Amino acid sequence: MISSKTTFMGYRRENGRVGVRNHVIILPLDDLSNAACEAVAHNIKGTTVVGHPYGRLQFGADLDLHFATLIGAGCNPNVAAVVVIGIEEEWTNRIVQAIAKTGKPVTGFGIELHGDHDTIMRASKVAKEYVQWASEIRRVECPISDLWVSTKCGESDTTSGCGANPTVGNAFDKLDPLGVTMCFGETTEITGGEHIVADRCATPEVRAAFMKMFDRYQAVIERHKTSDLSDSQPTKGNIAGGLTTIEEKALGNIQKIGHKCKVVGVLDKAEMPTKPGLWFMDSSSAAAEMVTLCAASGYVVHLFPTGQGNVIGNPIIPVIKLCANPRTVRTMSEHVDHDCSGLLQREKNLDQTGDELIEVMLRTCNGRLTAAEALGHNEFVMTRLYESA
Amino acid sequence: MIHFLMHDKKDTVGVAVVEGIKAGQELVGWLMEDDSTVTVKALTDIPIGHKVATKPLKSGDTVWKYGFDIGKAVADIKVGEHTHVHNVKTKRW
Repeated sequence: MISSKTTFMGYRRENGRVGVRNHVIILPLDDLSNAACEAVAHNIKGTTVVGHPYGRLQFGADLDLHFATLIGAGCNPNVAAVVVIGIEEEWTNRIVQAIAKTGKPVTGFGIELHGDHDTIMRASKVAKEYVQWASEIRRVECPISDLWVSTKCGESDTTSGCGANPTVGNAFDKLDPLGVTMCFGETTEITGGEHIVADRCATPEVRAAFMKMFDRYQAVIERHKTSDLSDSQPTKGNIAGGLTTIEEKALGNIQKIGHKCKVVGVLDKAEMPTKPGLWFMDSSSAAAEMVTLCAASGYVVHLFPTGQGNVIGNPIIPVIKLCANPRTVRTMSEHVDHDCSGLLQREKNLDQTGDELIEVMLRTCNGRLTAAEALGHNEFVMTRLYESA
Repeated sequence: MIHFLMHDKKDTVGVAVVEGIKAGQELVGWLMEDDSTVTVKALTDIPIGHKVATKPLKSGDTVWKYGFDIGKAVADIKVGEHTHVHNVKTKRW
């Protein structure tokens, strides 16, 4: 059992936040800079490239989110140091200056007037210094209240709602009183269960903010729908797994927030929470987008229940998979960190699987690689809000 | 041996939790809310994770799971029948 005395071994960063990984990342500002970043990561072993296809000609809230996602990824305490490469220096430096506020080492390089060769050489020299410096940082004992834990489920089926999601809910109910910072989201996929989330909001103000975000997205659906979202909600994988309607999917989805913890606030995409407790993030329900937004908000470890077998990982935060479907556990065992299929045969109860999940999470935070990390899954997917200029 | 589970007494469907349920099979269900046992005879094959009707429904009736409304029947459904996208639809959108 965990208590307020429970600790884990983390990396305490310059700004006081605690990470559970010690990445040196090579971060492209834009699509054009991926090649140079990949070359640097190839040159300097132990660095991680965080590639993505965007960063040109966006505007307004969409451009703001682009910057918030990249800056948030660089600021994440799982990251020890950052090399940023962009086609030009001005936007590159905007990222560098924002990350530098955390106190961690960060340097930017613009490709224009230099070309790829010279940029790769200069960036590689800095990356080598960073990776050797970071390799000497030691883990220290940290209270469990230093943990920031996010959750999102994927390739759900009915076993998600019966087993894997309530296991996360049980863990969240136990982590909440210990001062852990948590979040869930998936604005579309709580359709049919929004009244339950609304009732769990801590104050009328939080409830109003939550309903505003929920209603905003319903208006987006109205504006863009062809027939309705039944084209993709539930997904074909969900339906194969036995989920019939969005309401059924949503009710299973929100089992992840347990029975006791209250929603203390709502976050915009990639926004950083300001106090411990459970937060709702207005986010995409696509797995890689949501996990990337969680990383950008500063969460350091992610609990990912799956039914039919989603294989997602992330380059910034470890993604822990749990599954209650005995067929998936059997056929896709290499992807499963925590098998909670015993729940469905009454061999185990939620209290046991919740405790086991917390133990797997703490081992992961102490350094054990997740299945997704060992398999090389590092999906970094940025959310786009609308068309470019 | 449990073949399916139900969350709430109000529910009209249960979820198959074992592979290979065949038409004609006697199924034992676990009602989680009060830890009681329910039995149903399967009228159709039910894949793991899919739902079996535990109460008869007329077209237009609400389908209940978790004790909540998950949509409406769009065909009459007999107890023991596979309950999925062919006979149930969302009430949203």
